[in-house]
Amino acid sequence: MSTRSFGARIQRNIDPQLLRGEGSFVDDIPLANALHVAFVRSPYARARITSMDVSAARAHPGVAAVYTADDIGALDREMPLLIPHSSMTDARTQRPLARGDVYYVGQTVAMIVAADRYTAEDAAQLVDVDYEPLDVEIDIEKAVAPGAPLVHATHPNNIAAHFVQVSGDPNAAVRRAEHVTRIRVQVDRSTAAPMECRAVAATFDRVTGELTVWDGTQAPISVRGGLASIFKLDEDKVRVIAPHVGGGFGQKVLLFYPDELLVPMAAMQLGRPVKYIEDRRENFVGSSQERTQIHFIELHALKTGEVVALRDSFLHDTGAFIPYGIAIAQVASTSIAGPYRIPNIWVEFKAVYTPTVPVTPYRGCGRPQSCFAIERAMDQLADDLGLDRFEVRRRNLIGEDQFPYEREGLLFADGLKVKLDSGQYHRALAMMEEALRPADFASRQAKARAEGKYLGLGLAFYVEGTGLGPYEGGHVKVHPITGKVYVNTGLTSQGQGHDTVFAQIVADQMGVNVEDVILVEGDTKAFDWGVATFASRAAVVSGNAIFKTAQIVRRKTLEAAANMLEAQVDDVELRDGGAWIKGTDRHVPLAAIATATNPLRYAFNEAAQAATQFAPASKHDGPPLAEGQHPGLEATDYYSPPCSTWAYGVHGAIVEVDPELCQVRVEKYVCIHDCGNMINPTIVEGQVMGGIAQGFGGALYEKIEFDPSGNMVNASFVDFLMPYATEIPKVEILHLETPSPLNPLGVKGVGEAGCIAVGPVIASGVEDALKTLGGGKFHHVPLTPSMIHAALYGGGA
Amino acid sequence: MRTQRTANKLGVRSVDPQVNVTLTVNGETISRSVSTRMLLSDFLRHELGLTGTHVGCEHGVCGACTVLINGRSGRSCLTLAVQAEGADIRTVESLAGEDGALHPLQQAFQENHALQCGYCTPGMLMNIVSHLESGRPLDLTDEGIREMLSGNLCRCTGYQNIIAAVRSAASALGKS
Repeated sequence: MSTRSFGARIQRNIDPQLLRGEGSFVDDIPLANALHVAFVRSPYARARITSMDVSAARAHPGVAAVYTADDIGALDREMPLLIPHSSMTDARTQRPLARGDVYYVGQTVAMIVAADRYTAEDAAQLVDVDYEPLDVEIDIEKAVAPGAPLVHATHPNNIAAHFVQVSGDPNAAVRRAEHVTRIRVQVDRSTAAPMECRAVAATFDRVTGELTVWDGTQAPISVRGGLASIFKLDEDKVRVIAPHVGGGFGQKVLLFYPDELLVPMAAMQLGRPVKYIEDRRENFVGSSQERTQIHFIELHALKTGEVVALRDSFLHDTGAFIPYGIAIAQVASTSIAGPYRIPNIWVEFKAVYTPTVPVTPYRGCGRPQSCFAIERAMDQLADDLGLDRFEVRRRNLIGEDQFPYEREGLLFADGLKVKLDSGQYHRALAMMEEALRPADFASRQAKARAEGKYLGLGLAFYVEGTGLGPYEGGHVKVHPITGKVYVNTGLTSQGQGHDTVFAQIVADQMGVNVEDVILVEGDTKAFDWGVATFASRAAVVSGNAIFKTAQIVRRKTLEAAANMLEAQVDDVELRDGGAWIKGTDRHVPLAAIATATNPLRYAFNEAAQAATQFAPASKHDGPPLAEGQHPGLEATDYYSPPCSTWAYGVHGAIVEVDPELCQVRVEKYVCIHDCGNMINPTIVEGQVMGGIAQGFGGALYEKIEFDPSGNMVNASFVDFLMPYATEIPKVEILHLETPSPLNPLGVKGVGEAGCIAVGPVIASGVEDALKTLGGGKFHHVPLTPSMIHAALYGGGA
Repeated sequence: MRTQRTANKLGVRSVDPQVNVTLTVNGETISRSVSTRMLLSDFLRHELGLTGTHVGCEHGVCGACTVLINGRSGRSCLTLAVQAEGADIRTVESLAGEDGALHPLQQAFQENHALQCGYCTPGMLMNIVSHLESGRPLDLTDEGIREMLSGNLCRCTGYQNIIAAVRSAASALGKS
């Protein structure tokens, strides 16, 4: 066997292409004679359209078509609700183009299709819309109060969903508790801000009747299914391709955005390719966002610090519509007890409509909020009881011998049970203590204070249910000409390195180099069974599907090679691109085996000629292909997880707060992380580090701000403070590897992990730094200089 | 929804005023008639097919569209094509050798896993190249490199590996 690829720090297959500028993102696909789309968008958060005149836009030179809700036929309907749930009544979703009312600034009202984007934007200015503005309430606490203006008349108090989950017997446990810690915490709205905005291009071939759509989506198979059903086309006549995609972070999972339906429609009607390339402002006002939640959390504890019950009631801002259902709030509510035993839980949420951009999952999906709530509450409990922050956690962490640890009664976002499967939580905490040396730090902190420097230690633990089902598939085929191994799955990649990690899994099974395994995904013509890339699920679900499939192809290859080499299967090994009789130099190349297993072959190349030098690949009588036998070295298989597998980690930091400039500097940041067996530690670290950077954004900088009338006031990279290299400190990442017992590869997801715990770490550190100055509590992120100023010097934040 | 076949809208085209522009792109002299308001980024991408230059914000903040304009890094989204008259433009496509061999900086990016989705990468590379080729002394401390990268946003990597890549490229090029 060649050196094992699984677990190795292997460079990515995709990099040379991207580095040379040879990637193919949607707007890079050359489409001759393409028309371009611009949208007319609502300038009001809530208004009634009293009239609309598109005649000047239609007459503008270079305009091919102008569409309003009246011009789009059967598409003029509320778009699908992706995940129904009994806690929602009459869940509201958006129409592709507004009919009658608008519900947020940025909602699409009319679509212009023109010769180029410049002309389309000119024409969009010529659409004359009269609005009758309606009252709005942006603040979710006020929005649920009686008398608040309603987003949808159908939903009193703006409540989109109300759901309570209970585990154990919280009422009894509350009665026997000796102490209660109660806090209110808030996390504000952010946005994924992928570097490539969303993009859709479509072309319709009238000769073949085929619609081809390039969509920077995370879910092309679902988009294909939806388009086929809405346009009444055979699924085979619709091809959806997610080419290279410049980041997704959840924002590109949602379907359908209006453009994903309207662009294909226009391409079918107008006879020319049509493309819509979202610009940055549109990404801010038109593509979904996430985070605002306000939690009222209570920890009911014994004097020892052992938490016997947790009660949490939270409000979740869902924006103007709820197309993704309650997934975010459900993930938050089922993750609320974090890594702690806490056997009795009562958790309630209300999802609240606000006249703002709709909310769907953004990397983390409810976990950063629930982690902020429980971790800030644990710190408060430690303070209340006079315990050390490490110690209070140690007294509550689930022990290694307690796995699997089921939270009976709670159902995760996939509808399956919450069962934390494995981990070394105590060891992780001990590693953090080792890294931060809190005892030494305390004396350093005291000394620094004497010199007028304010240092603080911050700490937070997180857990993350990863690898959501229901399933993914894998297809593996050895190419008979080159001997290279082709792999397909139903996912898409936005930078996660699937083409390398999946290749590593297959390379080990087939005895080939990683660069000789070629992954093709994100194309419904390549593989069209599966779900999508989201919820830290690719490595777990597709990874294991591909692993199972590769094992089948490996068996087939060994059997065929044994026949060809006239040896026993047990005496044959796969390595260096061929099958070898162990201990000898007698071998047959993979290409020759693939060729020999096809009963029809032309002598195209050396592999075909080489194949004739060996015995037949199959020993049977009768027709060339035996009953049940398939040609070639190829297989398809699937993996369906029993439930999510839970990754976890602990982050800690030493921060310095400047009480005059109210600025936070991170002196040291340590992440201890466990995602089970790592396929490629370099890629794992890349995912974790990228998540941490987004976590810093959410902890200190990034906040989507609306004025009271619902206008987003920072819808650009000038005003929305996304961290540059100058804002992200050096981070140390340390690993634990506790294999998942739930899947053959023993892996857990890692995509979202990094972003979850940064908010509470920073808040915890700042609070610790300023406690002698009477800084008070920091229960709200992003933690801005204004908040520090208000804490130290009074006045509103 | 079955759609009726309509006439192809082939007659639909822009009526923007055009002007001739002559410039050098990656060593080749190019002369084209362009709309007076066309951005240099759109000109490179859609008129010349050099789609390696990416557009991330079109307001000059993210740096994805960075190219070299007469040897200095510039935002092609804040430059009109007509402003590039007579200019010498270099894009990411100019970095690798004709045989595809990666530039030492590109190689350092691969070795250090300094890219994930690859969308910000061309702008990062061109910005860093402008520093590496500037002849000015480089500050290769963490802080210095962070300052060097401070005009380019990356949403995937958290920058740590990009900093390492800059350092190793500078060393490979004898600049450290």
